[in-house]
Parts: sequence; structure tokens; C-alpha cells
Amino acid sequence: MDRIEAAFAHRRDSAALIPFLNASDPDLDTSLELFRTALRAGADIVEIGAPYSDPLADGPVIQASALRSLRAGFAFPQVFEVAAHLRQETDKGLVLFTYVNPVLQYGTERFFRDAAAAGADGAIIPDLPWEESEPIRKAADRAGVHLIPLIAPTSSEARIARICQDARGFVYCVSSLGVTGERARMSERLQALVSAARRSTDLPVAVGFGVSSPEQAANIATFADGVIIGSAYIRRVEAAVTAQPDTSAGREAAVAAVRTFTESLRQAVAGKGAIRQSGAGALDDRSPATSTPD
Amino acid sequence: MSDNPRMNSYALPDEHGRFGAFGGKYVPETLLSALTELEQAHRHYQQDPDFQAELQLYLHDYAGRPTPLYFAERLTETVGGARIYLKREDLNHTGAHKINNAIGQALLAKRMGKRRVIAETGAGQHGVATATVAARFGLACTVFMGEEDMRRQALNVFRMRMLGAEVVPATSGTRTLKDATNEAIRHWVEHVEDTYYIIGSVVGPHPYPALVRDFQRVIGDETRAQMLEKEGRLPNAVIACVGGGSNAMGMFYPLIPDREVRLIGVEAAGKGMDTALHAASIGRGRPGVLHGSMIYLLQDEYGQVLPAHSISAGLDYPGIGPEHSYLHASGRAEYVPITDQEALDAFFLLSKTEGIIPALESAHAVAQAMKTAATMPKDATVVVCLSGRGDKDVAQVADMVGGNGDGSH
Repeated sequence: MDRIEAAFAHRRDSAALIPFLNASDPDLDTSLELFRTALRAGADIVEIGAPYSDPLADGPVIQASALRSLRAGFAFPQVFEVAAHLRQETDKGLVLFTYVNPVLQYGTERFFRDAAAAGADGAIIPDLPWEESEPIRKAADRAGVHLIPLIAPTSSEARIARICQDARGFVYCVSSLGVTGERARMSERLQALVSAARRSTDLPVAVGFGVSSPEQAANIATFADGVIIGSAYIRRVEAAVTAQPDTSAGREAAVAAVRTFTESLRQAVAGKGAIRQSGAGALDDRSPATSTPD
Repeated sequence: MSDNPRMNSYALPDEHGRFGAFGGKYVPETLLSALTELEQAHRHYQQDPDFQAELQLYLHDYAGRPTPLYFAERLTETVGGARIYLKREDLNHTGAHKINNAIGQALLAKRMGKRRVIAETGAGQHGVATATVAARFGLACTVFMGEEDMRRQALNVFRMRMLGAEVVPATSGTRTLKDATNEAIRHWVEHVEDTYYIIGSVVGPHPYPALVRDFQRVIGDETRAQMLEKEGRLPNAVIACVGGGSNAMGMFYPLIPDREVRLIGVEAAGKGMDTALHAASIGRGRPGVLHGSMIYLLQDEYGQVLPAHSISAGLDYPGIGPEHSYLHASGRAEYVPITDQEALDAFFLLSKTEGIIPALESAHAVAQAMKTAATMPKDATVVVCLSGRGDKDVAQVADMVGGNGDGSH
């Protein structure tokens, strides 16, 4: 069982918790401590964001985070550094999140080779749709890194099937239209979208974009295998460090905020089994013929 | 016709939206269905006589086409080389070539049942063109504009609002055209189901570069016919400025098969090609992805996009469209730099010799035409795409040069 599979191993009882943070926000060492904290407090996988000058798929919170990180001197190879440090301390899932241009400029083969060497298990590239993905997926496969694809509420059934066929690791389900950021309410189509993915793949299906509270996470956990949370984390970090800029107190407050938030999310996604049995059991509905042999 | 020098094989982009190694659609999954829908609509209405008749009607009666091809006699005498013609896109309604594309895409939006359009704008010309057609066709309109550009082009902001558009400042990144485009794309992702995005240049994910080119090719089609009528032959060279590159692509595209015609694109060299302050994506960039497309791009070692600089907001963009990227790589077109100062000199010279105040963007093409024409015999001909008029730039130029407005200091 690889580390992504392991992270979802208990998905029948509890959804995987997947926080997203940018590497080097507010600085390299603090970000490392934030990832570490999230993993210790109950995260199953962390997404390590590579800050980018033009983050098209991100809302204001992650944009501002990327800008802070770039101003702090972030250079692309530092994502491997962060992954390598964490890998020495954990067997949990490590996934790199980057836009496509930095991958192409770094060299696709080199990117996945270095990712694998750093102990990263997967990569998410939000501006790489299925049409453009083949050469990059092949390079990822050669290096043994999962290229995790995204599906969206606007994806047709046929597209979802194609995307899921080539999926690796898990399927990232975009909860609603728009960029990353917290939202008060989740799209009603979300459950239908998760079900559509399940018809095409046995891989875990995780939901992200717009998850802001433990209540929302708990709700998503009733029908999805994982919950991805980014902006809500970063907003807490931002609040902590801007309240006490350039002080270790600010950094400690950020670490404490990440710990508290992770613990409350951990609890929220853990109650899955009880709710599932009373609700619709999408997982249980899958025919034995299509499920993965253990 | 085996002796025909026209290359008949040019049929790009391919079915993947590629111009050789360039183009494609590197955008979030949420947009893919909308791009597919747009691709189908583009293909369908390109062949639809009813749509084409409506487009021709508005280009003729509303935009004022065809635009004249004007022989710039005094400029030609001043330079003392090839005969210089100006393709007068500045005489279009709203003062630039941008209206050609805005009309086309607004008609497309209407046929696709969209009630709302959005656009990005740099200098404000595309924003004004979009606000104009939105008013005409009764579409709700939101324009994204860099905060810095809103300051530089305050008059155009006022014009857009007069036309009923909402203007939203882009406050991220460099607060110029690149960031306005980011904001427009982000907004489109969120409102993709009821909103049509009118991109203003030959950039963005497939099918936009081809779509915008097809609505701008009227520039080159008219030029070709007008030159045959006036000179009995095609020009030796056509010259156009390139930011994203829509006026240049419109001029070049119908002439690509005419291999004897030199296609010259002019990039903004800003303060100089050896400084960091320029917008020369081909001259100083390398292939990379911006706004959904593989293009020549100004970027650092790790692919972070670098800020561009130009005296003209319309050229202040760190990329260039994928078809230009391909025409450069294949050698069919040449791309050359013109500095802020050279453009400013041409701005004043054209005003004084021909009584035509060009947009600062177009002044880059004029400056290059003077260089190119000077090296050619007197019976050769050069066509400059005068993409827009300079009214919008008068206040900025007055601020910069001070003095009496005669170009002296």
C-alpha cells in the first residue's frame, strides 16, 4: 500500500483531512513548522503549495499568501526542501501543489524526479486539464509520483470518465464554481459530482475549494473520502502573523492556530461512519465488480 | 496552380488548439466545457451566412469599415525610401481596431444566449470597445482594468462608465493588463455558466487566439485588396505593433501564404532591451504558459512571470499570442524592438507630417516603418497598421514631455 492509499485506508469510517499551505509563507522555517503541526494534529495528507506569481485558480487569500512567500524570497526548489524535511518525520501523504509553468521551466522529468527523491507522493497542477496532461502524467508515472487530477461541477459525465480513467492517487473534486476561497454554502451539485466520479473510479474522491468550517468539513465527510482545506488555514496564519509581525510570538500564534483548527477538523471528519449509516451510503452502493481488490 | 507562391498548407491551429509547439488550453478544469462550447460556436458561425451578414452589417454601418489605406506622402518624403501606407484602423468607431473583435464576439455571445459579458483591458481601448458593443446589444458588461492603468487612462475609465459598464480595478500583482486578465479569468471561472468572456487580443486558451484572429483578419483582407487596387501588387512589408498581438495578427494572417511579403511585428523595448524595463516577449523571453496558452513569455529562471514595461499601456504585457510565437519560431514573421523614446519621436513626427496623432502603441509600428522604409528602394511599399488614434495618450504625453506640445523640451 502506498502512502496515499494508506492515508485513505480508513475512509469508510473517517474522511482524510488534507490541509493546504504555501511553502515559505510567511517564511521557510515557519511554514515547515506549520506543516509539521498540521500533520501531528491529525492531517492525513498535506498539500505543499509552490507560490506562483500568477495563481489563476486561487482567490485573494492564497494570492496574498503567495505574494508574501515570494517577497520572503521563495525559490521553486524549496518545495522539495519542505517535502524532504517532512518526509524524515512522517509517513503521511505529501502532495505538491504547483501551477504548470514552473514545472515546465524546471523541466518536467527533473520536477518529478526531485519530487520523488524528496519523498513527495503526488502532485496537483490546477491549470493542467486532461487535454494537456499526457506528457506530464507519463513523466510522473516514470518517477512513481501520482498526478492527481481535478474535476469540476461543469465537467461532463464523459469528461469525468476520461479524467478518472487516467487518475492517480485520488480525484480532486472542485466543490463549486470559482477560485479557491471560503464559501458559506456548498454547491448542491457537489454530491452528484462525487457520485459521478465514483462511477468511473475506485480511487478515493476528495473535495476542496471553498471549505471554510468544521461544520462544512463534517458534511462533506458524509459523502466524500477526503476534505481539502486551504484558504481557511491561510487566513488563520495570516491573522496571527499580521497581528504580531516579525516576532516569534506571531509565529507561535500561527502554529497554535493551525493546531487548534486541525484538531477541530479532525473531529469533524471522524464522525463519518455514524452519519453514513443513516444517510446515503455512496461507497456501499458500489458493485463488488468495480471495487479494488484488497 | 503550381506556380502560385502562396503557401496553401497553412491551417493552424490544429484540432488541439496548437500552433506548432504553442497555444493549447492550460486552464482550470471548470472552464473546459465553456471553451468547448465556444469552439463549437466559433466553428459553426464562421460558416453561417446569416451570422456573417450580420457581422458585415455592423462592421460597415456601425464601426465604419472598410477603413482607408492611406498613402503617407509627407512621411514617405521625410524618410526617403519605400512608399509608406497607413492602414487607418484609428478611424474605426471608438478609435482603434479593437471594435472589430468586440462586435464579432458580442454577436457570438448573443447567439450563444449569454446576457452578460466581461473583458480585460490595458490602455482601455478594448474595454471601451466592449462597453460600446454591450450598450448596443443590451448586454450587461464588467471590465477588469489594472489599478495602475486606471490611473494612467482615467479618461477611458470614464468613457466605459458612461457607456454603462462596470469597471473593476485589478489590485493584484503589477496592477496592469496581465493582472486584469487574471482577474477576468478568475471571474469567468466563477460565472462561467451565464457570462461570456470577450478577450481583447490573440491570447488566452484555445479557441480565443484563433477566434480573435478571425475577427481581426478583416484588416489584412482589406489591406490586401486595397494594395492590389492602388499599387497593382502586394506590399513588400507590413508592420504592426504587438502586445498580445491582435492588430498584427489581423494584418498578418491573410498574408501568411504570400511569402514575398515581409511580416514585421514590433515589440515594445521600453527603456531599452538591455534594461529590465521592456515588454519584448520574443526578444527577451522564452516559451512558457501564461493565461492558458504556451507562448513566448518574460519570466525568471523558475517560471515566475516578470513585470513588463512600456510607455504604452496596450503593449505593457509580458507575453505574446501563440500564433505570433509560432510565426517567430518558424521564421515566417520577424519581431523587432522599438523603445519608448523611438515611439515618442514617431508619435510627434506623424502628427506633424501627416496631421495624424497615432496611439502610442501604433507609434511603435510607425517608428519601425521609418527604419524599414529607409533601407528600401523608392518603388518598394510598406504598410503600417495604424491600430489606434492618439487622443487617449495626449494627456499622458503632455505630462511626460512638458513643454509646448511640439515635442521640444
